[in-house]
Amino acid sequence: MVINISNLGDTAVYCDFGSEVNETINASVIDYFHHISKLIKNKKIEGITNLTPSYNKLIISFDLTITNYKKIKNFIEGLTINRDIKNNNQKIKIPVCCDDEYGLDFSRLTEKLNIDKDKILELYFSKEYFCYMTGFIAGMPFLGDLNENIRCDRLETPRLKMPKGSVGITEQFANIYTFESPGGWNIIGNTPKKIFDDKNLDQPALVNPGDKVSFYQITKEDYLNWNE
Amino acid sequence: MNKAYFEILRAGVNTTIQDKGRNHLHHVGIAVSGAIDQRNYTLSNRLVENQLNEPVVEFAYQGPLLKLKNGKINFAISGDIFFKIIRKNLEVEDGECYKSYILDEEDQIDIISTKNSTYGYLAVNGGFDLKKTWGSYSINTKANIGPNDGKKYSLNDKIFIKKIDIKSPINKKINYDYSTDNIIRIIKGTNFDYFSKDAIDKFFNEDFLITNLVDRMGIRLKGPKLENIENTNIKSEGLVRGVIQVPADGNPIIMLSDHGTVGGYPKIGVVIAADLDLVGQLTPGTKINFKEVSLEEAQNIFKAYTEDTNKYLNECN
Repeated sequence: MVINISNLGDTAVYCDFGSEVNETINASVIDYFHHISKLIKNKKIEGITNLTPSYNKLIISFDLTITNYKKIKNFIEGLTINRDIKNNNQKIKIPVCCDDEYGLDFSRLTEKLNIDKDKILELYFSKEYFCYMTGFIAGMPFLGDLNENIRCDRLETPRLKMPKGSVGITEQFANIYTFESPGGWNIIGNTPKKIFDDKNLDQPALVNPGDKVSFYQITKEDYLNWNE
Repeated sequence: MNKAYFEILRAGVNTTIQDKGRNHLHHVGIAVSGAIDQRNYTLSNRLVENQLNEPVVEFAYQGPLLKLKNGKINFAISGDIFFKIIRKNLEVEDGECYKSYILDEEDQIDIISTKNSTYGYLAVNGGFDLKKTWGSYSINTKANIGPNDGKKYSLNDKIFIKKIDIKSPINKKINYDYSTDNIIRIIKGTNFDYFSKDAIDKFFNEDFLITNLVDRMGIRLKGPKLENIENTNIKSEGLVRGVIQVPADGNPIIMLSDHGTVGGYPKIGVVIAADLDLVGQLTPGTKINFKEVSLEEAQNIFKAYTEDTNKYLNECN
């Protein structure tokens, strides 16, 4: 449930679902997101330009020439959201090559976490992850939660260019750099799989909020021969 | 007949196609993009009798040198821009902004530089012949979406123009007084309380310098360090254009059209909608001050801004 609604500037509504990060709170954010998306598609509400769901917030941007904060706030307060039990969430499997030329930060991780590379990989690949949100750069999924023994802070100095496909971890989260971009996550490997596809107009992001993701390890040969 | 197009003889610093922007994709991480200065974008279209949402060429600092091939067009440039028209016979005319011109085959437009601003707009009558992606023609260079494979233009690229027959030349003008203001009006951000009383005093009373780190994603400022007494990180959450984030180093960053869709730094404020064009045009080395307004005031200022834009649109003849 939305705990508090406030304005983010004069062109957005800030819906706060709480301060914790967990699947229950996030599921509620995603339910609101799906519900409002449907109402926008069916033209039940006008002037909304974007919905930005995250771990525990939903930002609703609007066109100030068409609507305003008060109208959108009243609309949100008047909604009845049912738990979306038969949502279309998917289970996705993503290949990762963790050879040292792709896993850029194993020396840092083994030192900080005080466990060896094999153990990090075992703990990383044995879990199924939940997609809390997609964003920052196009198609980048924010996944969680990592095993407690492989949680590590961001790099002290972010890289100016993360290679495309880099699979990173930080705190309780994992992600994938869908484009070459600046970034500060610890990189454990690289995926040859297309995570963002701008030719797929209906669903450009492979991983969407609410999806379950598991990773599996591939060899460098598999990586280089990957064909989609 | 062959299609008319601009041949790019010099690309300029950051030459792209922009329009109103691409909505309803924030949830997959795709920024809105769109023209940084929406008013000047709109005026450029009006000057060539286009629909106001036609895509135009946006350039920054040094603009492109363009040669027209296969056709005759009307064009106009908006912004605070120094440009020349080089006719086929090599005669050179000084260009005037907010005025429509005729360009003949083999004539060139040399957009030499912006003056006291960062961005300018070039519109052609009938528009450019481009493909829409997700409802917009805007080039998003961060995700490689839009015309030209989502990349900024480079030397020898072509920009195709929709074929139209010029029956009579367009002769339009707007008496636009290009002005800038160094006072940026903001509404308190959702993490305003994270900052010390001293930081808030400094935020509203001291100068902030626009650094060289300015692009379509955002503007980095330098000023007094804004002390955060709560937490220098928040759990990543959605951003909108105009949000002012303050990372651990205490220097604010203002989000512009190509900003990341989520961010994890505290938000001290949000620039009001009416001042976004102005903020986007700020050049490195400029000093600005922030002034707080209420939501209600911001909405009234936006109404006045819209009326002002409409006044220019209506005066165009």
